[in-house]
Amino acid sequence: MEETWGDEGALRVEPSPRRQAPPHREDVHDSACRRAAEPVARHHTSCTDARLLAAPALAQQPPAAAPPAAAPAATPAPPGSPLFGRPEGNPAAAKLAPIAPPPIPTAADKLPIAKLKVPDGFNIEVYASGIPNARSLRLGDQGTLFVGNRFIGKVFAIVKKDGKTEMKTIAEGLHRPNGLAYHKGTLYLAELSRVWRFDNIEKNLDKPEKKLIYDDLPKDEAHGWKFIAVGPDEKLYIPVGQPGNNVLNSDAHGQIRRINLDGSGAEVIARGVRNTVGFDWHPVSKQLYFTDNGRDWMSEDIPEDELNRITKVGEHFGSPFCHQGNLLDSEFGWGHKCSDYTAPVALLGPHTAALGMRFYTGSQFPDTYKNGAFIARHGSWNRTTKIGADVMFVTFNEDGTVKSKEPFLTGFIVDNTYIGRPVDVEMMKDGSMLVSDDFNGAVYRISYGKTNAPGR
Amino acid sequence: MRNLSVARRLGTALLLSCLAGAPLAAETFTERVTPCLACHGDKGQSDAPEVPSLGGQPAPYLLIQLYLFREKQRVVEIMNDATATFTDDDLRRFSDFIAALPPPQPPSDGAGDARLERGRTLITQHRCNSCHGLDLAGRDSIPLIAAQREDYLVKSLREYKSNARPGYDPAMASVMAPVDDAQIRDLAFAIARFR
Repeated sequence: MEETWGDEGALRVEPSPRRQAPPHREDVHDSACRRAAEPVARHHTSCTDARLLAAPALAQQPPAAAPPAAAPAATPAPPGSPLFGRPEGNPAAAKLAPIAPPPIPTAADKLPIAKLKVPDGFNIEVYASGIPNARSLRLGDQGTLFVGNRFIGKVFAIVKKDGKTEMKTIAEGLHRPNGLAYHKGTLYLAELSRVWRFDNIEKNLDKPEKKLIYDDLPKDEAHGWKFIAVGPDEKLYIPVGQPGNNVLNSDAHGQIRRINLDGSGAEVIARGVRNTVGFDWHPVSKQLYFTDNGRDWMSEDIPEDELNRITKVGEHFGSPFCHQGNLLDSEFGWGHKCSDYTAPVALLGPHTAALGMRFYTGSQFPDTYKNGAFIARHGSWNRTTKIGADVMFVTFNEDGTVKSKEPFLTGFIVDNTYIGRPVDVEMMKDGSMLVSDDFNGAVYRISYGKTNAPGR
Repeated sequence: MRNLSVARRLGTALLLSCLAGAPLAAETFTERVTPCLACHGDKGQSDAPEVPSLGGQPAPYLLIQLYLFREKQRVVEIMNDATATFTDDDLRRFSDFIAALPPPQPPSDGAGDARLERGRTLITQHRCNSCHGLDLAGRDSIPLIAAQREDYLVKSLREYKSNARPGYDPAMASVMAPVDDAQIRDLAFAIARFR
């Protein structure tokens, strides 16, 4: 699962009026929920997402109430906190926290490229370095590489020309501009709660103009940064994560929606999604597959992150009631059945933070790679022994189920320490693959065979 | 005027510590770091209102803040100006230098003050020590807050709460959401005097 402040977990900044929406299910108005609400939100008579409302409700109250002189030892961590759900008094658990990436990229000559491993016959090289917090990757038709991030507030464009690499800043002053999509000349950019489009972007890299197309999004920091993509239906897909580690979310959260490319016609197409930071459409079936990060603090070894497939609009994928298709939540699972929710097509390891994914349709890699999916796993924080931090390769059966999964790019963990962390993958026109590393602020290129000509 | 007196007070110790690190650039670096220390204090402890003590801060925290200042993602005009021309190497070097200054000492007043007890309770209640450590000394990207200036703590906590200081990561915004201003003042009082 991904991190909160260091990574893909995270915290709410301000209450959203939409959070007042009724909760999913009446039957979760249980006493535990009400108890959680009471100390701070007495005026909410029903337990409407009490865990979510609790903190902001107090924030809005006048500070007239006396400070709690004889307060309990510790109030629960806010639902958006990465520490929400952490067991008390366990020294091993107390050592775990999200890992903040350095703001400054690693110098090109200090990148860990020599330690990274790819299968026989493949090559890996540095494609671009010096891109702070490099995360989501999108290639334009003319070969411009667009790079988003969570911490820098800018979006970068990498242009390769005459053997030189140039980095341009195409937008700045943004709030967590992680989500990027490119479609027919237009770049789409998702901040935490706003989606923009840049028409004819590759013709206007030096004077890009952006147009706001959609901002009907919650402003929660926790799982608020976006991965976006344009589907085969010519619609823009936008996830809205659950605003915390393990929360009973409102109707506006825990979902994937799609909008028309002008921002109109928003429609929720999947629910029960905790935090997806990567999805793509199968090249043959055109079905949407998405990664989803499992909850933290339940156990070192469960639940696992998921690879899911949407077969019909409105499917519910279980969170927060059922994890990994077969594990009822220790808090919210009571009275529910995992069989009521769509199970994942593959499990991707506990806390591994499975993020960006793309299907492979190129012809450079051997035939066995055709129509399989590469999945970047950022690596765990909520686990004593780190796992993940690699790019996996997954193959599929004709019925869309998963046939195999195996590590593809590895070597990012040395002595239980990260020397790099993959976030996203993107396929180049020549069939080679790019991989972003937000820990080092770099993009690597993986190619197959003896010819190792750079680019396109 | 203050700059001059501080420059004099820097004395041999600072010069030596710089020399040890980078003999050739020592003089230049000393000159460059002098204005920092004029406000933040040459012994890691600030005497200037609302200016933080920086001694003992983890270098990764300092690096992130200097980066945010340079990029104007954290807006404090004097700091934005001071770091505007810094290279990445400058950011690292200043961070490492400042991190090596001694941590600030808490004031000795406040014993028996009700704010101290209320603040300590709030520290536990809001789990400040979960991230900042039982000794509130911080680690990596999480700052040392023990014995920080009280007025700076009040200012920072208010800025985190209002999201005027969004931070590199959003942890503090969430933590501060349920904390009211009276509690902020109690927290600052107790943290500034934390031993």
